[in-house]
Amino acid sequence: MMPTSYEDGHISVSGAGGGSMPGKKPENTAFKQQRLPAWQPVLTAGTVLPAFFIIGLIFIPIGIGLYVTSMNIKEFQIDYTGVDMSSPCYNCSQNFSWNSSRPCACSLPFYLDQPYDSNVFMYYGLSNFYQNHRRYVKSRDDSQLNGNQESLKDPSKECEPYAWSSSKPIAPCGAIANSMFNDTLELFYNDPNGSKVQIPLTATGIAWWTDKHVKFRNPGGNENLPAAFQGTTKPVNWHWPVYELDSDPENNGFINEDFIVWMRTAALPTFRKLYRIIQRKNNMVPTLPRGNYTLEVVYNYPVRSFDGRKRVILSTISWMGGKNPFLGIAYITVGSVCFLLGVVLLIIHHKYGSRNNIAT
Amino acid sequence: CDPVYFTFVCTSFIHLWLCVSAEEERKVKANDRDYVCVPKSHFCCIPMNFIFFSLILVQSNCIMTSKYNMLTFLPVNLFEQFQEVANTYFLFLLILQLIPQISSLSWFTTIVPLALVLSITAVKDATDDYFRHRSDNQVNNHQSQVLIRERWMNVRVGDIIKLENNQSVVADLLLLSSSEPHGLCYIETAELDGETNVKVRQSVSVPAELGDPNNLATFNGEVVCEPPNNKLDRFCGTLYWRDKKYPLTNQNMLLRGCVLRNTEACYGLVIFAGPDTKLMQNSGRTKFKRTSIDRLMNTLVLWIFGFLVCMGVILAVGNAVWEKEVGSLFQSYLPWDPPVDNFLFSAFLSFWSYVIILNTVVPISLYVSVEVIRLGHSYFINWDRQMFCSQCNTAAEARTTTLNEELGQVEYVFSDKTGTLTQNIMSFNKCSINGQAYGKGTSREKNTERSKRLDFTPFNPLANPDFCFYDEKLLESVKVGDWHSHEYFRLLSLCHTVMSEEKSEGELVYKAQSPDEGALVKAARNFGFVFRSRTPGTITTTELGRTVTYSLLAILDFNNIRKRMSVIVRNPAGRIRLYCKGADTVLLERLHPCNQELMTITSDHLNEYAADGLRTLALAYRDVSEEEWEVWSESHRSADKAVDCREDRLAAAYDKIEQDMMLLGATAIEDKLQEGVSETIALLSLANIKVWVLTGDKQETAVNIGYSCKMLTDDMMEVFTISGRTVQRQEGDGVAGDDQLQGSPCPLPPTYLMDNISGEFGLIINGHSLAHALEADMEVEFVSTACACKAVICCRVTPLQKAQVVELIKKHKKAVTLAIGDGANDVSMIKSAHIGVGISGQEGIQAVLASDYSFAQFRFLQRLLLVHGRWSYLRMCRFLCYFFYKNFAFTMVHFWFGFFCGFSAQTVYDQFFITLYNIVYTSLPVLAMGIFDQDVPDHRSLECPKLYEPGQLNLLFNKKEFFICIAQGIYTSVVLFFMPYAVLSNATQSTGVPLADYQTFAATTATALVIVVSVQIALDTGFWTVINHVFVWGSLGLYFTIMLALHSQTLFRIFPKQFHFVGCAQSTLLQPVVWLTIALATAICIVPVLAFRFLKLDLKPQLSDTVRTHLCVSVAITTVIPRYFAVCLSIHDFADFFGALFKGNSPIRSIFLCEILRNSCFFFS
Repeated sequence: MMPTSYEDGHISVSGAGGGSMPGKKPENTAFKQQRLPAWQPVLTAGTVLPAFFIIGLIFIPIGIGLYVTSMNIKEFQIDYTGVDMSSPCYNCSQNFSWNSSRPCACSLPFYLDQPYDSNVFMYYGLSNFYQNHRRYVKSRDDSQLNGNQESLKDPSKECEPYAWSSSKPIAPCGAIANSMFNDTLELFYNDPNGSKVQIPLTATGIAWWTDKHVKFRNPGGNENLPAAFQGTTKPVNWHWPVYELDSDPENNGFINEDFIVWMRTAALPTFRKLYRIIQRKNNMVPTLPRGNYTLEVVYNYPVRSFDGRKRVILSTISWMGGKNPFLGIAYITVGSVCFLLGVVLLIIHHKYGSRNNIAT
Repeated sequence: CDPVYFTFVCTSFIHLWLCVSAEEERKVKANDRDYVCVPKSHFCCIPMNFIFFSLILVQSNCIMTSKYNMLTFLPVNLFEQFQEVANTYFLFLLILQLIPQISSLSWFTTIVPLALVLSITAVKDATDDYFRHRSDNQVNNHQSQVLIRERWMNVRVGDIIKLENNQSVVADLLLLSSSEPHGLCYIETAELDGETNVKVRQSVSVPAELGDPNNLATFNGEVVCEPPNNKLDRFCGTLYWRDKKYPLTNQNMLLRGCVLRNTEACYGLVIFAGPDTKLMQNSGRTKFKRTSIDRLMNTLVLWIFGFLVCMGVILAVGNAVWEKEVGSLFQSYLPWDPPVDNFLFSAFLSFWSYVIILNTVVPISLYVSVEVIRLGHSYFINWDRQMFCSQCNTAAEARTTTLNEELGQVEYVFSDKTGTLTQNIMSFNKCSINGQAYGKGTSREKNTERSKRLDFTPFNPLANPDFCFYDEKLLESVKVGDWHSHEYFRLLSLCHTVMSEEKSEGELVYKAQSPDEGALVKAARNFGFVFRSRTPGTITTTELGRTVTYSLLAILDFNNIRKRMSVIVRNPAGRIRLYCKGADTVLLERLHPCNQELMTITSDHLNEYAADGLRTLALAYRDVSEEEWEVWSESHRSADKAVDCREDRLAAAYDKIEQDMMLLGATAIEDKLQEGVSETIALLSLANIKVWVLTGDKQETAVNIGYSCKMLTDDMMEVFTISGRTVQRQEGDGVAGDDQLQGSPCPLPPTYLMDNISGEFGLIINGHSLAHALEADMEVEFVSTACACKAVICCRVTPLQKAQVVELIKKHKKAVTLAIGDGANDVSMIKSAHIGVGISGQEGIQAVLASDYSFAQFRFLQRLLLVHGRWSYLRMCRFLCYFFYKNFAFTMVHFWFGFFCGFSAQTVYDQFFITLYNIVYTSLPVLAMGIFDQDVPDHRSLECPKLYEPGQLNLLFNKKEFFICIAQGIYTSVVLFFMPYAVLSNATQSTGVPLADYQTFAATTATALVIVVSVQIALDTGFWTVINHVFVWGSLGLYFTIMLALHSQTLFRIFPKQFHFVGCAQSTLLQPVVWLTIALATAICIVPVLAFRFLKLDLKPQLSDTVRTHLCVSVAITTVIPRYFAVCLSIHDFADFFGALFKGNSPIRSIFLCEILRNSCFFFS
């Protein structure tokens, strides 16, 4: 690109020897003479082969550990989209419209064949939902969500076409907020004695700390939200304005955790989001004992139009998070391959290894 | 001086306006500044200054080599930079990014790197220009005498200027008068053509009557001359004065850049000033050289563009399908942006969006990084103490910074001989006088034979103490008054064209046109025959302390055809004698028959000297009677006045008198080889670099030098000599040539060729044969034959032929060529070779000015090529491989992500990461590797010249290597995308929050990428200096620091929209699963590379690997080196050559052929 020629078109007329500067002797420094002390690693059998074995020996136990941990985690998934005629939610799923005034409810029975100890995390999962689409991802106003008054009244252009509705600014604006997941999920334990016990679900502590405390803030504090959101309107698909998401003032408005969770967009079109936590009551009783359960769904969220799927996941958790057998298997595989490679290379080295290396 | 730049533009307009035809002549009037030359042919010879004030300035002597000033710098520099395709491309991207529907990245991701690149270049340009300004100012503010004292830049056309001894000439002057007799004045033209000898110029014959400088002020002659041009040896014009016309030639001109010597003062009329001078007209931009890596890089960048477009198309098609199948159904959640109403339009926009995202496969920082690396390598060359010549206090200099890696790929070296291989310091070494040989030992034998150096001072007070001679017999014979010795040295003191300068009594300085002549005159001086001074008609010498003045009757000039020169002098006693010295081949033919016996002895001596590599001349005299002189001088005069064929008639006249001469003896001059020349040539040929010597010298000398620098050896199977005659004689002897062909049928000698298919061959070819060999239909055969020979020496070649030979090899062998030379005659070759090297030594600076690299000694070439060149090539190749790899690994992740995000051009990474990846996170380690890496230490690469070969074969970076890098990059990107995909899609934090959100995914992938490419650079770096450590670890540290900073709450609070990744770094980097993913991805990326490299090293180690692994391999190396040219000179190469010759029927060809065969037969027998 940039031609570098010191003397381009330039004749020096400064008298004898003008071209080459009869300069002084260059300094004898290690840097200028390119003799800086240096470490010169060489890939020899003595370094490479042990490296392979070490990688193998480290990865395989880690992999086994991960795999065992993952296997100990209990996870249960149930699809409630209602694609099949037989599905209890089939009727509800036929409703393609967002703004149906009558909520549709359905209930799905299921059976847990193992008791779930410790805290159980309840997720909803969506498939074929492109939360990572560029136009979707950018369709939000972080300034508005951070409680900025100006952005509240004048949402960013990025939110279009969900910035204004009937000449009022939408709060929260944008396609993400507009398409917020609004099914209500409730869990009931069918006691063997016939009674239905509702399982208490905790709706807080499901979002990132920074999201809840830094990124999302209500305009003008958490008190008197209707006044704060005066002059704005709800997103077109929503049934309620943002300040009616929850009754708890610490979980309402922009800092409603369901909302925050939804606003943290997923990286892939199939994703799960934390919905509720089932807190462990005491050490004696499992959080979810073995037995029959009923999932009560208020079916608001239409996904059939784009061939989407909805599911509910119940999972316990360990130090490494939820069930994730892939990581363990991958570690075991890579570790074994490394180890094998080490053996193969060792054999190759001994059989065909270059004799040149021995010449001295 | 700035207005001048402006007036360049103005003048061109004026020229256009005045006349459409080209400028035909110029007029200049003495002592009239306002009578500005009128540049047009006929109709507008009017004072012009009232038309355009600026026009006057054009005629000023101010020169301007700088390109910018304060005001113009920014616009002009930016304009120049945006002429680069790459910069314009990024500007185009920037504009694309401003369109909201397309913009997949913020504008700052492109503008930050672009601004950085532009400003680095601008700073460099500004520095360069600053130095030009400084030198311009220095030159323009020199003082000069224009009858009034003026600064250089204020000198105007039409001024009359006074020059004093040792002053530089200010502008192109017409010499009007001189303080020396006959209006002569002497100049040195080193600046112009590199020749250091003094040349004579003569003032215009008539104004000589102006003798008195005071009259000059009223001189009002008018000059009509050719328009400004760049021909240094031609000038044509007429001076009109007092109704008379005086023709002007180059002999009357003093050109800018010359230096006045041996002349007290002279006056000249300014004809051309400033940019019109021949010096400035000659300083056109040198052809910009590109390296083969550059060309390859540009091709590859084009391919990458193609690849980019392909990916864009694939993803756009994907987008169309997706929008049609999925997106249209998804509209209730995500409606199309307003202008988009169908999936095709959406696909069209997505194509451009992807072009923006994927543009990092063609990284903007590539070119600027390459420049930085080359600059670093150039500094290392400048700083190298082992290429510093302490005698002349000159360090090596990389004058171009764009060619360094090409130094590692050189296959052909074309070397000048005189001054390049040799020191160009001639010493009178041996002589043969009247059959008696004197002188012992050349400097090469000196060590073995320690003889006493002669001390001349007691014998001769005028002797030069630097002179060495080692045989006192000769001094004795001079002392005892041996007539032949006296006559011998008298000849040397008279027969020459040397100028002398006697600063004080006895302190003589000789200025010789050729160093040989100088050496001979110096020898005569030491032996008591001191040349003191000359005038056009006399020569004054001091012969053994007695001053004698000879009247010089005629000088019979030397030329290449005559190969001899003579003088005819009349001694004080009135006797006329002709002294002649010349090449033995011509001179021995012209001797009187009675010299037969002496001739045989002398020829033996001459052969002996030639075999020692000495330059020989034979000396002879002839007594001329008064009558004979009268007759001859008459015929000489008529020949001199002849209008047509003057040269031929003069030659015939000379020929007539140079007959029947008496042989005096012979001289042998040693042109000492430079230190280390033969070792260097041996080393270069071990490195498979073919050295060709192209010299203007005669064949014998060239061959001798060839032997003494071990290019030609006795081990060679054959040395073919092709020495055709002159063109004229070949044409004249056409018939004879045919006869020759028929008379001596040249049998095709298949037998010996069949028997000797192996062995080393040498080829010697002279200029005239070369001219035929370079004809279009012969050149292929010539190239294949010459390249089959180990040593090629071309002698008696012109500067143009030197360049032609270089071009020939460039054209047919596609090899990298290097030309090295020191004189003005090497400039054409230096400019046409891929790399030009100038020896900054004896012969002026013209070659250095034209060169790309310069140093003082030929032997530094081995270090330049085998150490610096090799390293540069290695570093550049490793740099490029890694650079393409890291950008593909970085960018291709977006491609894979496209399949999962609805082809919507969503980026995988944070925008800040995209902005900083190339310029901060990964730039420094690879730069450090590109600048400091060494595979083997410098002395190893000199010990094992074979290490140079990968560069010549272009092994380290070529299309195959490029594809391997790309494949590795793509593989890495696959791993980097799909590993996090597979792991994170179902993973959750230990708090139960899923990890598959976009920001965590982005941070994980980016961190994995930075770690993988850092590990890769660590693997690639073979030479870990402190700087490498700092850069590699520093870059990693910097990545995490910047990431934490960018994801911090502080920044988010200020700019919530830009820094919406708040908290992501902490949240991600605290997850063990994320680290496990990164470790897994790194292992999967690196382990195969490691295994592959280990296998390559173990099973097929390169020589450099072996050298690197075992530091004492000298034994192994010697066994590795194969015998060069063992079988490569296949029989059919020669058969082809001969076959081609036989097909042609022209007499020239036939002679050419016979010459080859005769010579080869001769050498064979």
